[in-house]
Amino acid sequence: MEPTKQQLLWMYEKMVEIRRYEETMAKVYLEGKLPPRIQKGLAFDIGAGPVPGEMHLAAGQEPVAVGTCVHLSDDDTVVGAHRPHHFAIAKGVPLNEMTAEMFGKVTGLCRGKGGHMHLFHPPTKFSCSGIVGAGLPQACGAALANKKRGTDHVALAFFGEGAANQGAFHEALNLAALWKLPVIFVCEDNNYGISVPKSQSTSVPTNDVRAAAYGMSGVLVENNDPIGVFKAAAEAVRRARSGEGPTLIEVQTDRYLGHFQGDAEVYRDKEEVPKLRKNDPIVRLGDALRKEGALDDEQDAALGAAIDARIKQAFDFARESAYPEEQEALLHVFSE
Amino acid sequence: MNTEVNMRRLTMAQAVSEAISLELERDERVFVMGEDVGKYGGVFSATSGLLDRYGADRVMETPISETAFMGAALGAAASGMRPIAELMFIDFFGVCFDQIYNHMAKNCYMSGGGAPVPLVVTTAIGGGYNDAAQHSQCVYSTFAHMPGMKVVVPSNAYDAKGLMIEAIRDDNPVIFCFHKGIMGLSWMSYFEGSTNEVPEGIYTIPFGKAKVVREGCDVTIVAVSQIVQKSLLAAEKLQEQGIDAEVIDLRTIVPLDRQAILQSVDKTGRLLIVDEDYQSFGLASEIASLVAENLHNLRLRAPVRRLAVPDVPIPFSRPLEQFVIPQVDDIAKAAAELFEDQRMAVKEGV
Repeated sequence: MEPTKQQLLWMYEKMVEIRRYEETMAKVYLEGKLPPRIQKGLAFDIGAGPVPGEMHLAAGQEPVAVGTCVHLSDDDTVVGAHRPHHFAIAKGVPLNEMTAEMFGKVTGLCRGKGGHMHLFHPPTKFSCSGIVGAGLPQACGAALANKKRGTDHVALAFFGEGAANQGAFHEALNLAALWKLPVIFVCEDNNYGISVPKSQSTSVPTNDVRAAAYGMSGVLVENNDPIGVFKAAAEAVRRARSGEGPTLIEVQTDRYLGHFQGDAEVYRDKEEVPKLRKNDPIVRLGDALRKEGALDDEQDAALGAAIDARIKQAFDFARESAYPEEQEALLHVFSE
Repeated sequence: MNTEVNMRRLTMAQAVSEAISLELERDERVFVMGEDVGKYGGVFSATSGLLDRYGADRVMETPISETAFMGAALGAAASGMRPIAELMFIDFFGVCFDQIYNHMAKNCYMSGGGAPVPLVVTTAIGGGYNDAAQHSQCVYSTFAHMPGMKVVVPSNAYDAKGLMIEAIRDDNPVIFCFHKGIMGLSWMSYFEGSTNEVPEGIYTIPFGKAKVVREGCDVTIVAVSQIVQKSLLAAEKLQEQGIDAEVIDLRTIVPLDRQAILQSVDKTGRLLIVDEDYQSFGLASEIASLVAENLHNLRLRAPVRRLAVPDVPIPFSRPLEQFVIPQVDDIAKAAAELFEDQRMAVKEGV
């Protein structure tokens, strides 16, 4: 299935939105975390500033999110992992509440109790988890619920290539294939499990071949290609919706930033990221759209300005929102 | 409940499967999944007869993949279903605990209440039949220690049925622990007190309401599950010695009926907590702390006493196993010893 112009434009716009969101977050995250404002002797203070804690950003990995989510509606489930912003944005999670959550504010998606690795937005059926590989079984369960209700809704689990070595991955693939669940497993291969390259963690060069072990279709998308992801996901979603069962897709993608912000990246050559950035998927898709006459500089600038305004609004909303009252910490252990 | 209630004697296993059956009948969102829950009816008969009645879509056999099916149960619960997932032995939580304590137990909290998890995990606990260290544990205190899970530990068929229906209707994760030695199985000795009169039809028992299963005025014995049955037998022995024991069945440990414990201890002035879980850092210690924190309102006539598994894995050899798990005679002896201890009485005199 070839993408329509409208779909390509949506993907392009969402990629720009994700990239600019992540770049904004990278800057805001550093506020208050660097000398001389922190404890003497420290180079960085992870708990300081308006956005404390770990921060895993997805700049460079946009194709995985937009090429899949373009096929989804609010009724389809997405379970993300510890690097979740690109999926949340592509799935339509509201930016204001998502950003406020990362600031720990009471207006956040989770009233400030989740933080950036634990975003929950039931209206778009989006959730994520900070535990590597944990989302795959849960996506199976969402798919099982869809199947039991007789709907054609699907569930997607996104995870890194490091998660493909977790038991949860293998158990979930077997279960999904056994029960012919409407689920799509999307492996984002950014080549690093924190610092360890895939060649040192994984017994096969690409994870798509592991699908065969479970009698499942496996597809490889190379070169961080949004249109390649679009096509692979289109077929996988079609199969899932029509009762033909699960698919495993591995997407070779690029992580432009550290595993988390503040990562000195001693494990990769200084030349690596500049080289990766020369093959930027946003630039490539933008060029392709221009060639087809679907985008010009004026439209591009207007689209960028609108996105910048949306992002500014989200960060302003987060900054201006109140923190939860301390007593809130004692609520929501159980649903009343 | 109907005015004309048809009572039958049921084993606890029959009561559990009847409760699940009634809820499967009532609510399409309810389904059962787990290892051997279909034709076999559950290794401990908790799902007996359900496959024939409701079919393989509602009573689902799973592969031996606890991480996959516990996670799937959670995913289905988050998507509007009300699954009952059987973890064959509670000892097996080690192979899937991430799904349980990092997700099932935390998603409601981490989502600020927006993503509740209505899910029942049924699981078999306890020893006494020489299944050794990996198939005899109770470890419910481990689940109770982690916030976000309700923990149900019934001692008899009547309670098990009402508590199971309550569990299925609860919007939270519930760990429903049935002790193998009170299920009334045809292949394992059990305590007959656990097989009792159970009404037909639907009824619920609220969580967090302990039951005084034997009234007494000299000493309070607090217990759950099979130990309740043992404590009742011990109380008869104590009666022969002129000691009138009150036995409290907590029925659930999360939520914990603290008031019932304090009221009874206030009455008797003596407390023995008997537990088949490991002694340290668990249920017995929690109750001892509760009493310690309320000493300004209580007058103890003897120090609080814990009788539990003495912080060793459950050994295989029969005499060793029987030694580490509290038995009827051990309970009677420990309770009687509370009357030999004169230290508190001396202090009272001062």
